[in-house]
Amino acid sequence: MGTSVCNCKSEKFKQLELIIAEHKDQPGSLIPVMHEAQELFGYLPLEVQTVIAEGLDVPLADVYGVATFYSKFTLQAKGQYQINVCLGTACYVKGAQLIIEKVADMLKIKVGETSQDGLFSLDATRCIGACGLAPVMTVNEKVYGQLTVDKVEKIMKEYLDTVGRDKNANA
Amino acid sequence: MEDIKILSARFGKIKPDSVEEYINAGGYEGLKKAVTMQQEEIIEEMKKSNLYGRGGAAYPTGIKWEQAYAVKKDPKYLVCNADEGEPGTFKDKRILAEDPLLLIEGMTIGAYIMGAKEGYIYIRGEYSAIQRIVKSAIENAKKAGYLGTNILGKGFDFDLHVVSGAGAYVCGENTALVESLEGKQGRPRQKPPYVKNCGLFQMPTILNNVETYSCIPCIVNVGGERYSSFGTEFSGGTKLLCLSGNVVNRGVYEIPYGLTIREIIYNLGGGVKDGKKLKFVHLGGSSGSCLPESLLDTRICYDDLKKNGLSLGSGAVLVVDDSNCVVDYLKAVMEFFEEESCGKCTPCREGNQRLLELLEKLSQGRGTLADIEKMKSIAQTMKMTSFCGLGQSAPTALVTLLKYFENEFIEHTAGKCANGKCSMNSKGVN
Repeated sequence: MGTSVCNCKSEKFKQLELIIAEHKDQPGSLIPVMHEAQELFGYLPLEVQTVIAEGLDVPLADVYGVATFYSKFTLQAKGQYQINVCLGTACYVKGAQLIIEKVADMLKIKVGETSQDGLFSLDATRCIGACGLAPVMTVNEKVYGQLTVDKVEKIMKEYLDTVGRDKNANA
Repeated sequence: MEDIKILSARFGKIKPDSVEEYINAGGYEGLKKAVTMQQEEIIEEMKKSNLYGRGGAAYPTGIKWEQAYAVKKDPKYLVCNADEGEPGTFKDKRILAEDPLLLIEGMTIGAYIMGAKEGYIYIRGEYSAIQRIVKSAIENAKKAGYLGTNILGKGFDFDLHVVSGAGAYVCGENTALVESLEGKQGRPRQKPPYVKNCGLFQMPTILNNVETYSCIPCIVNVGGERYSSFGTEFSGGTKLLCLSGNVVNRGVYEIPYGLTIREIIYNLGGGVKDGKKLKFVHLGGSSGSCLPESLLDTRICYDDLKKNGLSLGSGAVLVVDDSNCVVDYLKAVMEFFEEESCGKCTPCREGNQRLLELLEKLSQGRGTLADIEKMKSIAQTMKMTSFCGLGQSAPTALVTLLKYFENEFIEHTAGKCANGKCSMNSKGVN
């Protein structure tokens, strides 16, 4: 197991070098490179930031600055299922607070945390422009709208069941 | 009510990235006409159209373009602000997802006027699926000869790039957006110089909202005067409004300027949901003002709104019913600004935090009358001294809610939340 992780990691760093090479001479390339790097690694740990800084010839402080300024970039690994509940005002007046509390309760994690098994992370997001469907949450790229506490309970139960089954299948 | 659809005419009716379907549905007529006109002539039509910037600042676009045209420096860049981050706003999303070629046509006309060779569409990171649609539309437009080199055989070149934002509300501010495009943290720049003189990569930059660019093909096509006549005397054309909150029919509506807020909520929106009563409307997004029932007959046009101390902002119309508490609602608004303040200037960085703390105090029943006065004072300081529009407008909701619902705030200092939304007495609940 240990070696396979290592190989796959170095493979990812090779891909990162390619991404950097492709963008190197474009003005304003730092953010696009970081987008692609995050897609590749799932997050932006210091070693990835260092490679980007050296590759694009920008100070590491700038890379770190950008990584921490924008909410889409994360320095910590997120869950396999990233759950984002919108707390924009349009969702808020439709009861989004109850939705996020329900999800946190079911996953037994706080907002902003990732579950210990690395399966779920829960965040409150700003308005995602789906106000017509408020209240909304997203699980990875999938959008769930017009939520109620009952509805969200059902949806989360399905995810919990799915990973429960996966675990059994692996065992 | 005349049913005029300029921006939303093709929504849902065509394959969004198909140039052929776009043309069959009346697309590219504006660009075809524009390339037969003199640049100054087009700008003249834009001035006659009474088109005001649709992103929120409502600056007259014709004048903005006239000034940008007069700048003698090359290269010029065209940038589109598609970083639609104002809470309660989802109109640009519809254009980008359902008729992106309208925006592309508008920007291409802009490039023809300005002599720009390159343009950028800065789309918020949350709209990743939509970014793919816009990229595909750009590729198709290039293949069909409407973008790229020697457009329409007229010898002018224009290329467009899609750039993804990464989640920062402040990047909706022009200079912050330009910083972000350059690959930096999105903190606003000192103005002047304005982006029209010194913007992206320190070059003259024409920067407009998605909806603003999307109005231009029609203005060229039908002429400025005709376009203006769709709206009111001083607010030309139509506007996309985003109706959301406690209202029956939520969604994006294209309306001619001049309708009243009441007509929008009750005729188009079907009224307040679940038989509840309207408490207030939050107009123009979180940075906009809140208005009570008594102002619902205000017409949507810049003059009338201004007279009542309101502004249309991005076009968000968020309806809030009487089961909501103003303090609790404001807490949600201020949590957003506290999170999104970029931290560059003190009034915004500190002000938003302090306002949120005071609101938390109120919501826990620990607030005092002096706290309300303190909030007013902080709000005033932020409005007058913040570096950019974010900090200047962040306390607008607070100021307007205090103006119309001060009693409710005072009740909270006595430990009472009539709507039962605030936790009161329980400390540290957030």
